[in-house]
Amino acid sequence: MTEPVLQTRDLSKSYAGLQANRNIHLQLQRGEIHALIGPNGAGKSTLIGQLAGEIKPTSGQIFFKGRDITTSAGHARAHLGLSRSFQVTSVFDDMTVLENLALAVQAHDRHSFRFFSRVSQNRRFNRPACELARQFGLEQYHAVLAGELGHGEKRQLEIAMTLAGNPEVILLDEPMAGIGPGGTAELIRLLDGLRGQVSMLLVEHDVQAVFALADRISVLVYGEIIATGSVEEIRANPQVQQAYLGDAC
Amino acid sequence: MSRRVMWILAGGGLLLLALPWLAQAMDESYLTTTVTRVMILAIAAVSLDLIVGYGAMVSFGHAAFFGLGAYVAAILSHHFHLGDALLGLPYGIGGSNELLLVMLLAMLVAAVVAALTGLISLRTQGIHFIMITLAFAQMLFYLFVSLDVYGGEDGLVMSGRNHLPGIDTADDNQFYYVCLLALLLYVFLARRLVNSPFGRVIRGSKSNPRRMQALGYQTYWYRLVAYVIAATGAALAGVLMANMNEFVDPGLFSWQLSGELLVMVILGGLGTIYGAVIGASVFLLLEILLSAYTEHWMFFLGPFLVLVVIYARHGLFGLLQNRARRND
Repeated sequence: MTEPVLQTRDLSKSYAGLQANRNIHLQLQRGEIHALIGPNGAGKSTLIGQLAGEIKPTSGQIFFKGRDITTSAGHARAHLGLSRSFQVTSVFDDMTVLENLALAVQAHDRHSFRFFSRVSQNRRFNRPACELARQFGLEQYHAVLAGELGHGEKRQLEIAMTLAGNPEVILLDEPMAGIGPGGTAELIRLLDGLRGQVSMLLVEHDVQAVFALADRISVLVYGEIIATGSVEEIRANPQVQQAYLGDAC
Repeated sequence: MSRRVMWILAGGGLLLLALPWLAQAMDESYLTTTVTRVMILAIAAVSLDLIVGYGAMVSFGHAAFFGLGAYVAAILSHHFHLGDALLGLPYGIGGSNELLLVMLLAMLVAAVVAALTGLISLRTQGIHFIMITLAFAQMLFYLFVSLDVYGGEDGLVMSGRNHLPGIDTADDNQFYYVCLLALLLYVFLARRLVNSPFGRVIRGSKSNPRRMQALGYQTYWYRLVAYVIAATGAALAGVLMANMNEFVDPGLFSWQLSGELLVMVILGGLGTIYGAVIGASVFLLLEILLSAYTEHWMFFLGPFLVLVVIYARHGLFGLLQNRARRND
């Protein structure tokens, strides 16, 4: 097997004695969609936070493209090609859809200390932004303020922004949260379309979405990964059934 | 922006252009100096809008940079007329009486002070940012109160206005046009700034700093640069104010003035640039009109502010825009 694009070694985080996650060994292969599932409070969001650079691990290491990024700041990881989305939709409500996307594209410029040119007419930002809008079915909303979008479209914008600058890995924190069945189907189709183009770590509660998308699944329970494998392996795993899927059935 | 609002702004500009002439025709020449003062404070208000309106950095110490600019002008003029060196240094830099050079130096001093204080202030947010900017401004206020070489509490008189090639700055009408040109240029540059790639980063950092970080922006440095830019604007206004009054005193650093600048920006409408100009004009004209009747003019200004804040969430400029939109 080739070297994983993103992997963790013995990653742990404890808050004042409370162990949020422990000895996480996670390997994200290039091009795969890797789902991370687990009951509430299992430490999924903590892990995403650690990978994205928002939460400092107590111990352990994170490697991205073979490089130790354990101590890199979040903005530096974004520039390396590791991008994230948020569980609670986190767009710029007071900007239009196109402005949101253009700002995400602009982040990959070397710097933004440009004080005089008109950013709204910057084709270097606008062209990729339009392309993202098209890819995510947001063309007709170009000039709509993000705050006025429906929840489903907002989620689409959230993920489209994550893809600006062609990251190699995206961390998606519950992309389906709070959208109806129609929106879920649409989002599954969109994410499926990204297969191969970008590696994906997908934290998701929606079992239907996980089974439809994931190449592999890791199961996180009480801060530890208890199993990793293909969809079939995870479904058949008695430990998983008891700890997680069992609850639902 | 709708065409109607453009026309209103253009009309306002035209009125400003003709004002000294009108004032002379009406034999009310004090109007010229009054409006000069309005325009100078409008520059300071616009610079404050850059950080408060676009970056949600509510500085309660913006007068510090206004005062610094004014004192740089007065101190340089003081040494120029004495013919000695700054701080009594044997080979030190002497004073200067050249307006453009003074402006540049004042902006430089303000930039350095803003960079140093901003490094600390910008680690805080919200109410803490308000308090820490106020604290820095108060420090400067007391520094200049205790600086007896430059007049201390009594302030420092300038022996005439700075020199500008080809212009008689001592003439109130000519000085009026200098200030008008400065205001127009500053508004133009401020509009370019807020619509630039940098401006969009500042707006994004206000609206959603966490997302900005995740996208790859180091928001702290962008906010610091915005803070420094705003400080230089206030210093520029300070230089003009010192020249207009030919006098400076520590009151220029006062928290009252910082508060008034904030009121102007909020009154006119945050995050519009034009609003700050309108806010400064309305605030100062109300002050003049009301103080003609009573020295307790603040008592009447207060309720007016409350009404504007409650009924016009985007200030007077927002009101103007809404009316125009309804009529279009």
